[in-house]
Amino acid sequence: MTTTVAHVESGRAERAPARGRVQRRRATLIGWSFILPNFLGFALFTLVPVIAALGLSFMSWDAYNPPKWVGLHNFIRLSQDPMFWAALENTVLYAVGHVPLTLALSLGLALVLNRKLRGIEFFRVAIFFPYISSLVAIAIVWNLLFDPTSGPVNVLLTHLGVHNPPGWTSSTTWALPAVIITSVWKDMGYYMILFLAGLQAIPGELYEAASVDGASAWHKFWNVTVPGLRPTTFFVLVILTVSSFKVFDLIFVMTEGGPGRATLVLSQLIYQDGILNGQFGYSSAISLVLFVMVLLITLFQYRLQNRRQD
Amino acid sequence: MAIDARLGGDIRPTLRAKRNRERLSKTVVYVLLSVLLLVVLLPFLWMLSSSFKNNVDVLSVPIHWIPQHWVWSNYRDIWKQVPLAGYLGNSALLAVSITFLQVLTGSFAAYGFSKVKFPGRDGLFLAYLATIAVPWQAYMIPQYVMMQHAHLTNTFWALILLQAFGAFGVFLMRQYYLTIPEELTEAARLDGLSDYGIWARIILPLSKPALASLALLTFVNTWNDYMGPFIYLSSNSLWTVQLGLRQFIGQYSADYAMIMTGSVISIIPVLVIFLFGQRYFIAGIATSGMKG
Repeated sequence: MTTTVAHVESGRAERAPARGRVQRRRATLIGWSFILPNFLGFALFTLVPVIAALGLSFMSWDAYNPPKWVGLHNFIRLSQDPMFWAALENTVLYAVGHVPLTLALSLGLALVLNRKLRGIEFFRVAIFFPYISSLVAIAIVWNLLFDPTSGPVNVLLTHLGVHNPPGWTSSTTWALPAVIITSVWKDMGYYMILFLAGLQAIPGELYEAASVDGASAWHKFWNVTVPGLRPTTFFVLVILTVSSFKVFDLIFVMTEGGPGRATLVLSQLIYQDGILNGQFGYSSAISLVLFVMVLLITLFQYRLQNRRQD
Repeated sequence: MAIDARLGGDIRPTLRAKRNRERLSKTVVYVLLSVLLLVVLLPFLWMLSSSFKNNVDVLSVPIHWIPQHWVWSNYRDIWKQVPLAGYLGNSALLAVSITFLQVLTGSFAAYGFSKVKFPGRDGLFLAYLATIAVPWQAYMIPQYVMMQHAHLTNTFWALILLQAFGAFGVFLMRQYYLTIPEELTEAARLDGLSDYGIWARIILPLSKPALASLALLTFVNTWNDYMGPFIYLSSNSLWTVQLGLRQFIGQYSADYAMIMTGSVISIIPVLVIFLFGQRYFIAGIATSGMKG
């Protein structure tokens, strides 16, 4: 008797994990069946190209010759390519202008529009609109606004007493500032939305407590708003910097990288060398450099954020 | 007024003064906000007003914000000057099919990533997340080579295949599904509903706001996309409105008014969609904080 009971019990105990295994296999099948339709497309058209890009950067491959492993050759060639250095310089300069300006303006807009007022939604939505309106239309309008002789921007500047207004998109020194101004105008509404979400997450009691302590608006800003916004600011800073390094289409439509190569950025160089000239290996090496830079910046900002929190 | 009547006469004046002061400061805020709005939207106003002018008047000094001579014919002639209707149709076809596939496969996969537990799931999701961080430019060359070998360049298929299975849609939908309580799906399972049934009958109806966010963001992103069509579509008959518009500037570079007319027309569909769904745009961006 006792042995049978023990036997039955141990049998039950053995069956339970078996059932668990069957169930787990079933869950795996069901899970994959949900993911698969998207995953097939994702794996084939995103994941494989991402991995292939990594390998291609160490190969020599163009439209006429088969791929060949060349080790670091592409990167050595890169370091001697004046076009690469010009594009890198322009990309960094663009980021140096675009990041702080967009950050300051979007934060400013968010602070101004973070109040309870009837119709405030309308103002927020309208300022967000440039971000989602057609890029080509925006490029066209700003190009005409920046027209050196009769564009409204220079007409205004002359009116304000500037005798020699800049040539903007037709000048090698002013083309980059012109595209920066345009892109800041286009992007600030987007980051404003992120800042507004961050501002609304700061508990109102903190402001009330500060008021009780007799803090001025300025003090409240520095001691409540700024610390409360830190996670948002970090997040905005990361995606803003990454998107600055990836900049391509707006500049390409406005100036095509010109005049000369005054606004040539890394993304455009990848396009030119890879798709126009068919140098698949060499252009992949440039894109690897772009990716590593973006990654390093993100990690650097992440460490900075962590240190500040400690 | 009712409150005033109940209060003693001696406090009334100070209360009224306070209310007047509040009303005044509110008006000042509204005026300042309107000025701000006007400054930000000035380029659009200029574009709109220029589209109703002659070419000569567009860049005339001083600027006339309201056209002196209204030219309505731009909006009639542009359809004859460029095959704009065809461009608009191509843009709409691409945007609708990519949005449909992205929303369908994205929400389906998001269910697998959030409501079904199985080994390897989180590692797989990490692969999705990791590719969001990789700039698109970094893998555009292998994508292009693939499409070339499959003889899909210069077809809509290239763009649909490359853009319809983005990791972004999966990410956005998963974030939303995680907020739907586990008890709900558990209860449905006990009632004998299969996972597919739960997705279709419970999760989808509950996630309408997130679906709307994803659909609108994807549609607008595809509509506005320039580089994708620029790289893959070479035949004029396949061009989207963005490519057509860009080409138009090259051909008629001095035809300022007509260029502005084309720009206005290219923005109108986005504006209409935006006006109807603006709260979904804002919600989608505030929760995901990422671009499509």
